[in-house]
Amino acid sequence: MKIGAPREIFEGENRVAMTPDSALQLVKLGHVCVVETGAGAKAGFSDAAYAKAGVEVLASAQAVFEAADVVVKVRGPEPSEVEMLRPGQTLISFFWPAQNPDLLEAARAKGATVVAMDMVPRISRAQKMDALSSMANIAGYRAVIEAGNNFGRFFTGQVTAAGKVPPAKVLIVGAGVAGLAAIGTSVSLGAIVMAFDVRPEVAEQIESMGASFVYLEFDASELPDGAATGGYAAPSTPAFQAKQLAKFRELAPDVDIVITTALIPGRPAPKLWTEDMVAMMKPGSVIVDLAAERGGNCDLTVPDQKIVTENGVTIVGYTDFPSRMAAQASTLYATNIRHMLTDLTPKKDGVIFHNMEDDVIRGATVAKDAAITYPPPPPKVAAIAAAKPKEKAKELTPEERRAQETAAFKAQTRNQVGMLVIGGGLILLAGLFAPASFMSHFIVFVLSVYVGVQVIWNVSHSLHTPLMAVTNAISSIIILGALMQIGSGSFLVIVLAALSVFMAGINIFGGFMVTRRMLAMFQKS
Amino acid sequence: MEFGFTTAAYVVAAVLFIQSLGGLSGQESAKRAVWYGIAGMALAVAATLYGPGAGLWGLSAALIIGGGAIGWVVAQRVQMTEMPQLVAAMHSLVGLAAVFIGFNTHIELVRVAGMDEAARQALEGFAAVIAHKSPVEISILRVETFLGVFIGAVTFTGSVIAFGKLAGKVDGKAKKLPGGHLLNAGAALISVVLLVVYLQTGSTLALLVMTVAALFIGYHLIMGIGGADMPVVVSMLNSYSGWAAAAIGFSLSNDLLIVVGALVGSSGAILSYIMCKAMNRSFVSVILGGFGGTTGPAMEVTGEQIAIDADGVAAALNDADSIIIIPGYGMAVAQAQQSVSELTRKLRAKGKTVRFAIHPVAGRLPGHMNVLLAEAKVPYDIVLEMDEINEDFPNTDVAIVIGSNDIVNPAAQEDPNSPIAGMPVLECWKAKQVFVSKRGQGTGYSGIENPLFYKENTRMFYGDAKKSIDGLLPMIE
Repeated sequence: MKIGAPREIFEGENRVAMTPDSALQLVKLGHVCVVETGAGAKAGFSDAAYAKAGVEVLASAQAVFEAADVVVKVRGPEPSEVEMLRPGQTLISFFWPAQNPDLLEAARAKGATVVAMDMVPRISRAQKMDALSSMANIAGYRAVIEAGNNFGRFFTGQVTAAGKVPPAKVLIVGAGVAGLAAIGTSVSLGAIVMAFDVRPEVAEQIESMGASFVYLEFDASELPDGAATGGYAAPSTPAFQAKQLAKFRELAPDVDIVITTALIPGRPAPKLWTEDMVAMMKPGSVIVDLAAERGGNCDLTVPDQKIVTENGVTIVGYTDFPSRMAAQASTLYATNIRHMLTDLTPKKDGVIFHNMEDDVIRGATVAKDAAITYPPPPPKVAAIAAAKPKEKAKELTPEERRAQETAAFKAQTRNQVGMLVIGGGLILLAGLFAPASFMSHFIVFVLSVYVGVQVIWNVSHSLHTPLMAVTNAISSIIILGALMQIGSGSFLVIVLAALSVFMAGINIFGGFMVTRRMLAMFQKS
Repeated sequence: MEFGFTTAAYVVAAVLFIQSLGGLSGQESAKRAVWYGIAGMALAVAATLYGPGAGLWGLSAALIIGGGAIGWVVAQRVQMTEMPQLVAAMHSLVGLAAVFIGFNTHIELVRVAGMDEAARQALEGFAAVIAHKSPVEISILRVETFLGVFIGAVTFTGSVIAFGKLAGKVDGKAKKLPGGHLLNAGAALISVVLLVVYLQTGSTLALLVMTVAALFIGYHLIMGIGGADMPVVVSMLNSYSGWAAAAIGFSLSNDLLIVVGALVGSSGAILSYIMCKAMNRSFVSVILGGFGGTTGPAMEVTGEQIAIDADGVAAALNDADSIIIIPGYGMAVAQAQQSVSELTRKLRAKGKTVRFAIHPVAGRLPGHMNVLLAEAKVPYDIVLEMDEINEDFPNTDVAIVIGSNDIVNPAAQEDPNSPIAGMPVLECWKAKQVFVSKRGQGTGYSGIENPLFYKENTRMFYGDAKKSIDGLLPMIE
């Protein structure tokens, strides 16, 4: 099949969906690659580089659309591009089918198959083609860099001959992929990083990245179950929101940089950083709003612009962070595309097999065979195992604990006394009937069992095999019985006794020898 | 005078045996402890040969030496991975000896009973002891003999089957004849009836039939138990061989036999108890064989098993600071302990912390893994028990599971409906990364899915354990 990547025509889009490296990999799958001239120029991939990788460079987008069986793009198609699709052709790109129903309908009418990279389900197997995550990762990184660019101080604290520099305090709101990437970047620049998320289960991830989690006092029942929404955040209750805003107000005067990444799937971005919080911030502070495209988490955000408020707070509302790092973003996105094509080419023979039974492919396909296949049925595998309700161990008061201990002690005493009484009673009963000679042996027996129990409990676990071997050896003490009988009586007795002596002999030597061998092997380092 | 000497020797021997078992509390004292045991045994045998009642001691000595030579050779040759079957085989010898000695007692009893007073006076040795017993004592003697033969016979066939299973000569799966435990119960009931008959009449036939019944019980009981329950079986048989010795001791009025029998019996019983506790199962349920029915549908396992190759494992190991290795029966099967030891040595030479986590029921014998690792010269101070190491997993970079399955199954904690729910397990999934060396995608002995293999931080390192580890070795640098 022929895979073609046209130049992105969206204003300001620098990325490209195929790189020379990814083209090499696609060729290994049996495909042939074509690219529009200049497609990779803004991302730093020249036509010559493509040609060197064996990619045919075509003069126009029209030519690419005509030549390719599969068109790969970054941004969703513009109407002019949809026009160029033909029946049976496959388009792989971001699509946002929920937001662009008209576009979807147009693509369907053209009879093209559309695979939306933003619809790839969030399951482990599909991580390699999760373009949203790889782009969010870049956005998180770039957000910190943009913040640093507009922030007049160091991130890291320093004590220099020219004076002391305090470290920058960074607050990250929303610890998704972008948030975590931003945490990692700010931490490695030396800032003090705090992070907040409505999903308490990500606290561990936040802390593992080196930031401190901003805890709220709340009742767990106020929270939606994060697992139920495939790991994304869900809208929170008003009571919870009020607490959240109160906490942010408390932090606002103190932080130097705020990076907001809070998004809820299919809704406008929640307003988390209000005007009064901006007013409270120190002059020179920076807010980077990664949710600007969906209206922004900050009240004052202007999409695609950088503004400075009256009190000197810079608010960055760019929506094209990945595109600002076009080389990196293209490399990662092209790899995501390549993985998607790997799954679409199961036999690696250059033939696309669009398996609608496959959860990942089914989920990402939004139009096929002139029919709209969005929304997909729920995936067969849940993205994240449902979190179990945590059982809280009841804190015991000292009195309760003492009472419990006393009860346990009493129960134990009762048990032991009971056993002793019953055991003693049985022995007494036996003593009433059994002759003295038996009882004297019986005492020996009971005491031996008792000694045995006491001794064996102390044997360390690692020596259980030698213990078995040695008890096995000494159980051949039964040889004494045979020795006592061998001289007495009939031929049959002698034969049986002799056999017993022989077998016990094997056991004695074998058992002790093997124990010795084993124990000699135990060495200290 | 002579008799007093023998008893004194027995007392010393008994103390030596207790010392011998007590010394096993530590690796270093254990090396001394074996010698206590050897000395005790030598003293006991010598004193018996010298003491009253023994005859033909030239023949006895020759037989001991002959048997001893065989035992010596076997002990020298046996592979450490073959320990479980060796121990089982030796138990069978004790069981059979107990049966023979019990029969001898019976034969002598019959012979003495048929004599008149004058002839009785002339008797020597063991027969003389019997001759001086009162009727009540004779009855008790019969019970003791009967019990000795019964336990001995069960031990014998049971151990033979256990040996066969452990050596792979008998199918290791739990198998029962139609009728299941009713057959065992029936045979046991017959034995009880025969005991009454034997008590009344002293009939040889009753004893013989009971022996057959007991042999059957031993066979069928152990056939019905398999796989991961084998450690319990072996320690249980160990216990039985002790009780058989004790019962014979009663019938021969020999205190040393009683003492040692009781020591061995209680030791085996405690080991069985420890093993059962480690699997969160009751002794009865192990005896009844197989895993009990589940109480509900098992929790669905989600995710997929992600494979990894040697390069990936080696890279992770090179980056890791602390590593915990969890060996299981699979390591013994693949004979991978030497490779594991070499891997450990290399990793430790690089300054990494490498430790071993041993589950109480790992392998087919209590403490099986420890012995294998010791054989491969893994220092024992880095080989830790479950309780010692379980809390350290969250601070561990890499956990490597080699040939174990059920003992690292998180379902035991997470899924109340799992057949192994509540069994203490090694919490290796709390480590940052887990590698599982495994032959294929099958389940463990208990036949239940292991959610560990589907966890996000788990990678499956498929292949024969020895080959896999050997493949890793050159990449650790």
